[in-house]
Amino acid sequence: MESVWTLLSWGPDGWLDDLASGVFVTVSLALATLPIGLAIGFFVALAKQSNEPSLRLAGNIYTTIFRGLPELVTLFLVYFGAQLALQQLIHLYAPDATIEINSFVAGMVALGVVFSSYASEVFLSAFRAIPRGQYEGGYAVGLTNGQTMRLVILPQLIRIALAGLSNLWLSLLKDTALVSAINLADTLRQAYIAARVTKHALLFYGVAALIYLALAIISSFAIRGIERSVGKREAFAR
Amino acid sequence: MSAVTNVSVNVERPPPAARGWPLPRIIGYALMGFWICACVGLIAYLASVWNPEFNAKYAPAYLSGIGVTLTLSVISIILGALLSIPIAYARMSRNLILSGLAYGYVYFFRGTPLIAQAFLFYYGSGSLSPQLKALGLWEFFREAWYCALLAFSLNTAAYQAEILRGAIESVPKGQWEGAASLGLHRLQTLWKIILPQALIVAMRPYGNEIILMLKGSAVAALITVYDLMGQTRLAYARSFDFQSYVWAGLIYFALVQTLSSVIDFIERWLTRHLVR
Repeated sequence: MESVWTLLSWGPDGWLDDLASGVFVTVSLALATLPIGLAIGFFVALAKQSNEPSLRLAGNIYTTIFRGLPELVTLFLVYFGAQLALQQLIHLYAPDATIEINSFVAGMVALGVVFSSYASEVFLSAFRAIPRGQYEGGYAVGLTNGQTMRLVILPQLIRIALAGLSNLWLSLLKDTALVSAINLADTLRQAYIAARVTKHALLFYGVAALIYLALAIISSFAIRGIERSVGKREAFAR
Repeated sequence: MSAVTNVSVNVERPPPAARGWPLPRIIGYALMGFWICACVGLIAYLASVWNPEFNAKYAPAYLSGIGVTLTLSVISIILGALLSIPIAYARMSRNLILSGLAYGYVYFFRGTPLIAQAFLFYYGSGSLSPQLKALGLWEFFREAWYCALLAFSLNTAAYQAEILRGAIESVPKGQWEGAASLGLHRLQTLWKIILPQALIVAMRPYGNEIILMLKGSAVAALITVYDLMGQTRLAYARSFDFQSYVWAGLIYFALVQTLSSVIDFIERWLTRHLVR
């Protein structure tokens, strides 16, 4: 029976290198999803606070759908659905070709739409916290619509939305664990393999849980740093 | 009277609605067109793959899956609510050891993914089977259903404890002091004065937590519980028919929407005295 430290060592006998590659996948998936989710979320929030009823309705439908589905179901729908759809499309040109969706991309898309639907709510409430006079002031000094948004509204918006967005980041980090269900070799998947091979399930799942906890702690330090720098800029502006 | 009419004349009216086809309207109509096409496409897809054999074979399985999903979420929510009371109490206590332990518990369960917790309980208990057998708990941990229930209850207890704590701390301190000056016991104060105010604040987060639990319970499928998601995976593995996932999505969506409108209704009913 190997000791715990052999199992958790780096190299062919231990599993630390495998777990580390899993952590790399987890972190890169979360980091790759973040900009997509933020961008879509921002535009959906813009749609939801527009004066045009049809645009508002379209935005609300998006949020309702992706907040109403479990993340796991969304993930499977994207993974198998995209595979099926692309296969049908490719069969028009090359009947023999088979196609396999990259599970990283499927995870990114599924987590991105879920993240963006929650982010749009955060952005929307931040938009509502910015008084109308800020827009009017921007127009009054001769800024265009886009300039007002970029120079006047966005800096305030980010400051207000930061707390909500950091909560969403922490839940995104946890949701990435779901991609192990579509065989992407993330932290949990590597722990699963290690547990199957060595029969030390408690050890490896415990380590995996602690890794997620460590990622959450590191993120909250990073978030505190960002909050401080944003706050500093605010202090300078005054 | 004349002053009033003067004011109403000077009232700044909202700008008239834009006419013609401004850019937001074009985009809005295009997006609505997309959603309508998607809806029609979904119905057309379901009609094209409509298969009485598939329905006869898997509809009962889906129904039992819905039952398992609902039972699992309801029991977890109730057990979690019961468990959250001592945790919230410990979290607010002045005893550093007690509050530290409660903080660690909450931090662990909120900081790690639910799926990792479920794996830890279900697969991890296998490593401890000799000890668990000695304690007579092996029968409990051998069943995936009980492990899922345990993991979900402990998870939601951590979230609910934070909701409860936040709500109780949102009630101003003067309420405690006022009750104390009237000679009410601390428990009486909590029950008659603090909780009625705190629970109004807690209602919306509680509703969200119930919905999150219903959605999160899909994770149980990954530790071989045959809830709605588990039955779906089984149906897909046997039939290779993508409609199994589409049906799962529709059923989950319907469940979540029904639940959230019920919660909305309850919330409006309970806060009807606050409506002005």
